Amino acid sequence: MPPSQTLIREPPEQKGPPRKRSIASGLRASYRSGSLTTLLLFLPPALVFFTLFVILPVGEAGYFSFFNWNGYGHPHKWIDFGNYLRVLNDPVFRLSLTNNLLVILVSAFIQVPLALWVALLIADQRRSSMIFRAIFFVPYILADIVAGLIWRYLFDGDYGIVGTVFRWFGLDAPYVLAQTGWATAALLLVVVWKYFGFHMALFIAGRQNVPLDVIESARIDGASRWNITRFIVLPLMRPVVVLSIFFSLLGSLQLFDLIIALTDGGPLNSSHSAVSYLYTFGIKRMQVGFGSAVGVLLFIICVLVMLFYKRLFMREAESK
Amino acid sequence: MKSLFNYYRWLFLFLVAGFCLVPLWATIIGGFKTNGDLRTNALGLPRQWIPDNYLSIITTARFWQMLWNSTVIAAFTVALTLLVSSLAAYTLAHLRFAGRKWIANYLTLGLTFPFATAVLPVFIRVRDLGLLDTYWGVILPQVAFNLSFSIVLLRSFFAELPRELFEAAIMDGCSYPRIFWRITLPLSRPILATVAVLALVGSWNNYLLPLVTINDDAVYPWPLGIMQFQGQYSTDWGKVLAFVSLTMIPAITLYLLAQKQIIAGLTSGAVKG
Repeated sequence: MPPSQTLIREPPEQKGPPRKRSIASGLRASYRSGSLTTLLLFLPPALVFFTLFVILPVGEAGYFSFFNWNGYGHPHKWIDFGNYLRVLNDPVFRLSLTNNLLVILVSAFIQVPLALWVALLIADQRRSSMIFRAIFFVPYILADIVAGLIWRYLFDGDYGIVGTVFRWFGLDAPYVLAQTGWATAALLLVVVWKYFGFHMALFIAGRQNVPLDVIESARIDGASRWNITRFIVLPLMRPVVVLSIFFSLLGSLQLFDLIIALTDGGPLNSSHSAVSYLYTFGIKRMQVGFGSAVGVLLFIICVLVMLFYKRLFMREAESK
Repeated sequence: MKSLFNYYRWLFLFLVAGFCLVPLWATIIGGFKTNGDLRTNALGLPRQWIPDNYLSIITTARFWQMLWNSTVIAAFTVALTLLVSSLAAYTLAHLRFAGRKWIANYLTLGLTFPFATAVLPVFIRVRDLGLLDTYWGVILPQVAFNLSFSIVLLRSFFAELPRELFEAAIMDGCSYPRIFWRITLPLSRPILATVAVLALVGSWNNYLLPLVTINDDAVYPWPLGIMQFQGQYSTDWGKVLAFVSLTMIPAITLYLLAQKQIIAGLTSGAVKG
């Protein structure tokens, strides 16, 4: 008998509705194929990790936020919405959220256009473009802490570059990081320095996905370089811009290390973000209930912002 | 017209490059200066090259201990993230079982909020497990918070692998765990590299989590060490700058060695997510 006949066996003709396999035989079959083993061994580690360190903590934050608790023993001093009222009435918290908003605005209106402009200039395969790309990405690979310390030095009126430049003109150097308002402006500058390379890399990838033949045919039709950019390239890159701003939103809501290293939230608590506020007033002082309330508010803000942003700007295909 | 555009193009690119690099230049060169020199001459070469700042740091055991701590934490974080998330992603991509959708959605919940929202309860959990001041107190939560994104990336990649391969393997009597090990993983190197880069960079630079779970400076990863050092020598900028420069070396070396993979990893991960 040729081997093919033993291997490919026609399924036996079934009469009437297909018979349901008994649970036991189903289990036996899935045991033999290893799918049961897979299910029982492969999935639980992720579920346990995720439940234990992500989902439960978020739930617990919700629970703790109703207590006045220092983290030791069991929480027992239930204070209703006391923590929430305290957070929401704290001008420092409102200022922190304003700073988060400023970071988002600067990202959307300065950083993203800058990154987009740079990306369009160096999205080709020239050697010089490759080198520029590599350079512009460097600040992004450094840790936030490092970026913060470097700029803390640069903005130091006695030492850094800002001081030097002012002295060239015979002026007294300002202590940028010691003045409210200026410290926040400095923070925004460092955010642009640190992250525009990331957005540029996104845009370069997006630019390289614009089909060449479309651009080529426009050029043959006599469209100018500017018109090609304006009417072909930019519209095709819209999804990348939407995504890029999405990452700015995410990044702003997580901004922390940079602030601690650069200004530590000062002067006069004027340059906090939501997370550095949470750290300074919740964790440092072991006010678990209060900190948890800030965490819950942050959670709600994140979920709302993302839902709205996805609804408004991301079409079905882009939101995944 | 064309040449004018070119002229501005170059001018602009060089300005931006300066904006990126001058701070780094000033930092590295600053480590070689005396404080007097730093005061009057922030941008130029040192009037006198002083290697003391650098030498005094690399000859202390504490500096190397810190880098070692970060390395161990990062290595375990990457390995565990890859293992746990690829196992789960494989199951979700290839097996049909009751509740599959539900579990998949559950595991991606982590995409909606940053770690900071849960930091206090995570601290309490780590404390109750007796893991404060240990590597595991950083590794385990890091892995957990990497899962959602990693699983999304891996699962969509696994699901796009050619179906015929699996059908052929099953025909030949290959079991699911073997398919995972012999077919899926070897074919998924690019996406595994992406997940690894994201986990590595995230762990290496992580500050908030070790800040709350580690108090003992023998276990400090480098970002904590650098902040402690800065606190000690706050205005002795020569020392601080030398320290900052030294901690940049691993990141920049890795970047120069695997620039393509790193840019692709950090951004393509983003594009696909």
